[in-house]
Amino acid sequence: MTGWIADFMNHPATYLKSGWFQISVTNLVVILLMLTIFACAVLIPFPKDKDGHKK
Amino acid sequence: MSEMWTAKLRNKWQKELPIEKLLPDDQPAYVASWIYVFGVLTLAALAMIIFSGIILAFQGPAWYHTSDNGKFVNSLHFWSVQLFFVFMVVHLWGKFWMAAWRGNRFATWATGAVAFIASIATAFTGYLVQTNFDSQWISFEAKDGFNSVGVGAWFTVTNLGQMLLLHVAFLPLILGVITFVHVLMVRKRGVVPPIDAHESSVSEVGR
Repeated sequence: MTGWIADFMNHPATYLKSGWFQISVTNLVVILLMLTIFACAVLIPFPKDKDGHKK
Repeated sequence: MSEMWTAKLRNKWQKELPIEKLLPDDQPAYVASWIYVFGVLTLAALAMIIFSGIILAFQGPAWYHTSDNGKFVNSLHFWSVQLFFVFMVVHLWGKFWMAAWRGNRFATWATGAVAFIASIATAFTGYLVQTNFDSQWISFEAKDGFNSVGVGAWFTVTNLGQMLLLHVAFLPLILGVITFVHVLMVRKRGVVPPIDAHESSVSEVGR
């Protein structure tokens, strides 16, 4: 692995900590991304054809 | 002759899952939902995982750790797993909030949930057989956990041979069978109607 990706990934994870709770920034980003995708899947209307029927 | 087990099985199969249900060309309007797109995406990711996994199994670690093509297929396998879990969890969340076990569909829900658990076991053993420092770290952390609950001697995470065989043979077989049954149950029971749907507006309820 070379370039900016290597620089970006080749270091220990950054952790957020509050009392007993601890989570890596990476895991937090993945969880928030999945919640965003889920919200999009629920809220974005499913495409319809010309006659108004759902495809 | 009709008492033969083959005839009984055939009659039961034809009654409960006729070919029209198994391969339908029409679905209720409420099937047009992104949540089901994510179900299909999960199956597509699983197909890619199996395809890339077969190539990795045939070529071996000396190929996928060193050559450019090997690293590509190895990464394809890894990232397909990441997408597989994202797609599956979005599908699972959606089905949970739809209460998808309604209408005699508990088996559909349960096979999906068990497939999720089997996927975690399969992915875990996959992380353990990467044959790199990452897998070494994960296995040495995990062994303490498994030993603390008393299963370390039986399920030995530092035993590469055991983990590799579980990952490439036993667990994919289990996951494949559960997934196949899950899809059959979707076909047999049909997709769950919306919670607020009126009985008269719901086609093929509990079919």
